[in-house]
Amino acid sequence: MAKLPLEGIRVVGMTQMWAGPIVEMHLADWGAEIIKVESIHYLAVGTRGPAPRHPKFAVDFVTGGYAAYLKEGYDETKCRPWNMSCMFNVHGRNKYSCTVDSVKPEGKEIIKRLIQVSDVFIENSQPAVMEDFGLTYDVISAWNPNIIMLSMSGFGQTGPYKYYRSLGAHQDAFLGHTYLRGYADRDVTANSAIYHCDEASGTIGAFMVVMALHQRNKTGKGMFIDMAQTEATMLQLGEGIMDYTMNSRITERTGNRDLYGGVQGCYRCQGDDRWVCISIHTDEEWQGFCRALGNPKWTKDDRFADSLSRWHNQEELDKHIGEWTSQLEAFKVMYMLQKEGVAAGPVEHPDDAYNDPQMKARGFFETVTQAECGTHRYPGLAFRMSKAPNHFRLPPVRLGEHNEYVYKKLLGFSDEEYARLEREGHIGMDLVPNIEIGKYKPE
Amino acid sequence: MAKQPLSDVRVLDLTWHIAGPACTKFFADYGADVIKIERPDGGDPARSLGPFYKDDPHPEKSGLFLFLNTNKRSVTLNLKTHTGQKILKELVKDVDILVENFSPRVMPGLGLDYETLEKINPKLVMTSVSNFGQTGPYRDFKASEPIIYGMGGAMCSTGVGDCEPVKKGMNVIQHQGGYMAATATIIAFYAARVQGIGQHVDVSLMETQMAAIDRRMSELLAYEYNKELTPRMDIAGLLQYPYGIFPCKDGYVDVAGGFMFLDRIERVLKMALMENYGGANQFDETRREEFLGTIWYPWLMERTRTEIVDACQEGRVLSAPINTTEDLVADPQFRERGFWAEADHPVVGKLTYPGRPAICSELPWKIRHTAPLLGQHNEEVYTSLGYSKQDLVKLREGGII
Repeated sequence: MAKLPLEGIRVVGMTQMWAGPIVEMHLADWGAEIIKVESIHYLAVGTRGPAPRHPKFAVDFVTGGYAAYLKEGYDETKCRPWNMSCMFNVHGRNKYSCTVDSVKPEGKEIIKRLIQVSDVFIENSQPAVMEDFGLTYDVISAWNPNIIMLSMSGFGQTGPYKYYRSLGAHQDAFLGHTYLRGYADRDVTANSAIYHCDEASGTIGAFMVVMALHQRNKTGKGMFIDMAQTEATMLQLGEGIMDYTMNSRITERTGNRDLYGGVQGCYRCQGDDRWVCISIHTDEEWQGFCRALGNPKWTKDDRFADSLSRWHNQEELDKHIGEWTSQLEAFKVMYMLQKEGVAAGPVEHPDDAYNDPQMKARGFFETVTQAECGTHRYPGLAFRMSKAPNHFRLPPVRLGEHNEYVYKKLLGFSDEEYARLEREGHIGMDLVPNIEIGKYKPE
Repeated sequence: MAKQPLSDVRVLDLTWHIAGPACTKFFADYGADVIKIERPDGGDPARSLGPFYKDDPHPEKSGLFLFLNTNKRSVTLNLKTHTGQKILKELVKDVDILVENFSPRVMPGLGLDYETLEKINPKLVMTSVSNFGQTGPYRDFKASEPIIYGMGGAMCSTGVGDCEPVKKGMNVIQHQGGYMAATATIIAFYAARVQGIGQHVDVSLMETQMAAIDRRMSELLAYEYNKELTPRMDIAGLLQYPYGIFPCKDGYVDVAGGFMFLDRIERVLKMALMENYGGANQFDETRREEFLGTIWYPWLMERTRTEIVDACQEGRVLSAPINTTEDLVADPQFRERGFWAEADHPVVGKLTYPGRPAICSELPWKIRHTAPLLGQHNEEVYTSLGYSKQDLVKLREGGII
């Protein structure tokens, strides 16, 4: 088998929540060795589930949700909840995990030795965290001048909001996205929290790291990358921002409507909470749409005769479309319309996604066995390469799962030293009892 | 000062609309020579999409096009002609990367599939961005912003229960496809440089959403683990409190209290809250209504977005104002960090553009030149291939360029 593109690159990650871990995930998927440095004394909110030992009643209380745990066999007093969290296990494949108590001086020494044998260091905490740990770029670059450090906090390493705390949802609000999504006729509270910022900045964070590796191959120099997740994501609203800088116009929410004069919406279908999205732009597509419906009389109405009229009379049109779709199954609408050259697709619930013919044909989901969760199907690789055929190599990593590898093989600690570090609370696979949420150091 | 990191990279850019150009923009802005191939009749369709400068629909005044195509060179080329295909193959010889986002039938139909191009340039990285990928039963299906989000993404759980599912803002799903394509492309490019292996990168927009951490992946796994679907509900519908988006004196704020941070909210409000509202009471609907009605909303309505966020952040509470694009451009944070870039365009003049994705002295980002005029670089690009000025006249007469 061909080598993976990033084989030979070692990355140390002290990342939290989602944005940093997504950078690690892309690099790990394509061959880099990712060593997550975690701690048995501290767990950042949301990183391996909402809380270190989330009570069973709270776990059972929620139906579905992105913060879910594996419920089967869940008992926070007996199991290791941090290895059973959906939030973590979706991105935890192909990575290694070791534990270090980074608050202790020897912990810092261990991290130093790890940095010295690595290419990249990634963190995405609010800047005070790394400052408190003493793991800022001036410190780590003195340990290894070739290191590439990516810091990706919400707002970056400078400016009045430098120390602001945020999750993806708050960054989304700051950068103007929250205002722009949701229903045109409802206020901004009528929407769900999303973490688009984690996705966008996590993706482009991986781009920055690989570009930095390319640059380092030419210059021989390490570097510090200061990424503000808000800025990195804001570029996705570029055309809206341009409307303001060009025309002083504030972009408003438009719901599911097309921005460019097409007919577009999300329509109810047969069944419980089933929907289909349809987009009609050209006259050709409109004719295709009418054919699919069997050219009913209402489609001949003057109000729908040309694209501008359809745009103006969209609410009226929506009623007709919705009436038609409500009699049909969502997937059926897709096939009927696509056959006539009209863009349509069902809103896929997770059960649709796992059974989707396209996802199946492309083998998107990957089945892996993790020691504490058993065998399950996981969302797979975000993209494919023809000469690096690629699947998950390792299941979602458990806390401290690779301590032996990291301490003994990579850093050369003896069995005696390893045992001592275990006694002294650096090495372990179980969080210490009674961790206070959000506290990474004694105050 | 360091050279731009991709100044040694050449990209043949066959992309149009949003997802493809968003990908090649990163390469162009970091120094790559990106040659954008446009149709002789009108060019990239994004040129005809708004917003337009001073609302004047004109191919050189589209804000969408101006934003996505900074630092690229534009040549026109009719790929439907044999001569156009021959010229494209000549260009392929000397590039590192080719990016295209046509429907998957198009490139093979033009005789420009990866297998053909690989023979001309074995180290070529060719990235194909499409709605559903280069293979599979949906390969040739059409899509749009909400269709991609609906099929691939977490749209089913976005919005409120009594309304239809709702998409994200503007065109962010397509932009995100471009982000993913940029990351995929640079990883493959790195392998081409270090290992000498070129390859075909297949980016399916549906899969970029299916693999999105915005919530989707986690909700997919929640279903796999527990066979439970995630309901569609507004943020305030979560039972922990206060958590989500709330109205205040001059707009809206997003604040995360809840069972994780109620102790911090207590310090911000300077009121004892833990006893009545902490612990298991976080899951009690009556307590929740009482807290929101008698304590939380009154506190918010007396304060502005800035006052609330300042007080919350001071008390280590995660929080944010709901900003508009106007708020963004005025915001002191992004200004102080030098996020905005100014650039002078021959038709629309000086404008402010959103700038770099990150700050790094070793990775300089700059607008060397604004988005190209249609066919602006025909002469310099084609003469470098050895065509004479007279040849160019013939090509133009033949509708090739």
